[in-house]
Amino acid sequence: MRITFPHMGNSHIAISSLLRELGLDVVVPPPCTRRTLELGARYSPEFVCLPLKLNLGNMLEALEKGADTVLMAGGWGPCRFGYYAQIERDILEDLGHSFQMIIIEAPDSNILQLIKQVRNLGIKVSWRQLYSAMRMAWAKLKAIDYLEERMHYWLPRAINKIQVEKTISLGFKRIDRCSEQENIPRILEDVEQQLSLLPAATAPAPLRIGLVGEIYTILEPFANYNIENQLGRLGSEVVRTVYMSQWVNDHLFGGYLSASSLQNILKYADPYLKSWVGGHGRETVASTVQFAHGDVDGVIQVAPLTCMPEIVAQAVLNKVQEVEGIPVMTMYFDEHAGEAGIITRLEAFLDMIRWKNAEMGKISYG
Amino acid sequence: MLDKINNILGSDLTTDSAWAGYCNRKNHVALEGQKIKQKSGPRVGIPRALFYYHFFPQWKRFFENLGWEVQVSPPTNKAIANEGIAEAVSEACFPVKVHYGHSLYLSRQGVDLIFAPRLISIERRSYICPKFMGIPDMLRAQIKSLPPLFDISIDLSQGSRHLNRQLRQWALETGLSPHQVEQAWQQAERETDYLNSICRAGFRLGEAIRIWEGHPMAKKGPAALNIGVLGHCYTLNDSFVNLNLFGRLQEMGVNAVTVEMADPDLVHKAADQLPKRVFWTVGRDLVGGALVYDRDPAIDGIIYMTCFGCGPDSMVAKVIERRMKKPFMLLTVDEHSGEAGLITRLEAFCDMLRRRRDRVEDNISPHGKFSYSH
Repeated sequence: MRITFPHMGNSHIAISSLLRELGLDVVVPPPCTRRTLELGARYSPEFVCLPLKLNLGNMLEALEKGADTVLMAGGWGPCRFGYYAQIERDILEDLGHSFQMIIIEAPDSNILQLIKQVRNLGIKVSWRQLYSAMRMAWAKLKAIDYLEERMHYWLPRAINKIQVEKTISLGFKRIDRCSEQENIPRILEDVEQQLSLLPAATAPAPLRIGLVGEIYTILEPFANYNIENQLGRLGSEVVRTVYMSQWVNDHLFGGYLSASSLQNILKYADPYLKSWVGGHGRETVASTVQFAHGDVDGVIQVAPLTCMPEIVAQAVLNKVQEVEGIPVMTMYFDEHAGEAGIITRLEAFLDMIRWKNAEMGKISYG
Repeated sequence: MLDKINNILGSDLTTDSAWAGYCNRKNHVALEGQKIKQKSGPRVGIPRALFYYHFFPQWKRFFENLGWEVQVSPPTNKAIANEGIAEAVSEACFPVKVHYGHSLYLSRQGVDLIFAPRLISIERRSYICPKFMGIPDMLRAQIKSLPPLFDISIDLSQGSRHLNRQLRQWALETGLSPHQVEQAWQQAERETDYLNSICRAGFRLGEAIRIWEGHPMAKKGPAALNIGVLGHCYTLNDSFVNLNLFGRLQEMGVNAVTVEMADPDLVHKAADQLPKRVFWTVGRDLVGGALVYDRDPAIDGIIYMTCFGCGPDSMVAKVIERRMKKPFMLLTVDEHSGEAGLITRLEAFCDMLRRRRDRVEDNISPHGKFSYSH
């Protein structure tokens, strides 16, 4: 059995580690490229959201590389993601691929279900093996979150931005290759030390931009046209409330690994959005309000085009913007976007915030 | 009075004589009701949009039981649609924009309250659409000078206890007796069953509401062509949104049937054949309906009308398309659709169905096993 799974940002580092430790033969799909998207969009329903198209592209490219089993998450709505795996299986079968699909349905089932299914396929996994594999994957997830967070911090501050990006991506590679859990903290320390040695602009402080929205679009740089790096290069620090480890914890482990910090901020959304709306709609509103109360200068909402929960959030954010006095910009992505247009919009948004801050006597460079 | 009639008839309106009797009596009741006309209490506005088409009789009866006056916005017209389009976020689907338009219309009519329920779930473990869960908040955030909203959350995935608690709370806030409100709601719930039984006699939801209001309507017979039409109730019953789809089909000599006319047990059973339960209430009905139509020898073809940007439909249409052996056409409309293009496609589809029916065909696709639309 050669198992594969779709990409979501850097999650492949943790997922492939987990599967490898379980003794499986893992095929990591090639990183998302224009080809991935074109393949996915060609066979997907026309108006479906972007993550499905990219998922499908990943699966097709992995099947080309010899994978014969696809691992996918599920769900029970109302967001479309819960039905992704069904549609993807239908399409791949119609294209004539022979493969098996393992679907982890959350919250009806969790990671233990995966083990059961893996055992059904005739591969022996002991509980001890499972425990250590999960610990390792969890440590790597935390490491991914840490590295991403450090990139948000150093990219706007360092003068040589390319060096920061290089150091961080080297860090990701080292985490990916690391086979001893004890070595992970050392790698992280090492990366942080290298970054802190880079010459940095000391003043004025970078703008702080909150990034909210649909989780896949936030976490997968290819789906958001590398918005985090773009913002960092333009001299602003990205602040997020959504991290990979939270998603894994909430969706695959039923939320019992560690208390999700997203649960604690939901109360901020109450004056604007009284109900959950599926996906991360309420979290988007809550995070924006929380950012407005904190020291964040502006918020960017990102989502795939026609994302239902985020459209509700977008409608509500108009009011949040007005009442809380924080600039918000919404960006939808699909297969037809161009990078130059996106950079122009980001520049204009940041300029506007700087002018606003200057009027209020707050100084930031640019 | 209405209860009495329905007790006599039961829910079986499928025979013609029972149907004629129902129409006569219903008409009589409606006229009598107008004569009595209760003394007017506060006035509540119900937008003629979204799930109005499923629940209007129930909602109307609920407010009337409380002695309130009900005002409904007029059928969607250009002015209402344009107003909605201007106010709503541009990414929202057309029916949601139309709902904005109706709410704006009502807010100018001086109603004391607009009924904008938060429809989370109307059956166990199923949802409608995230936008339905956020509609009151979306309206409040974007429309200024909006009268107070009655935004009760209807979440039957948790059973009816949650709903009753909210009704009691609302009663206390408005100074009504909680018992009276709860009873008014329970009594009103029966109206939805009546509405569904009218639909089962062969009427679309929009027509059934007219009949419920006391306008008798003749039953339609089978025509030269029978087409199963799929779509959300607020698309299929709003002739402004669907560009008069049913009028056009009628002109072309087509008898159009919709899912609400079919036996719900049959529809659900068909939908249960899927490897995973479709967790959208409407989507599940549509999948079931499509599978029923596909097996029904009386149905010549299937048309699925969706609004651009509809999340569930983007998936459900795919699920249906690949399982259909009969001719299937997906029509996507939004606020920019032109009627001419629609007519051309309908004509071509009907011509194709006629040709297909008039000769023996072996149902094998010339494209191979499956053909994809790009």
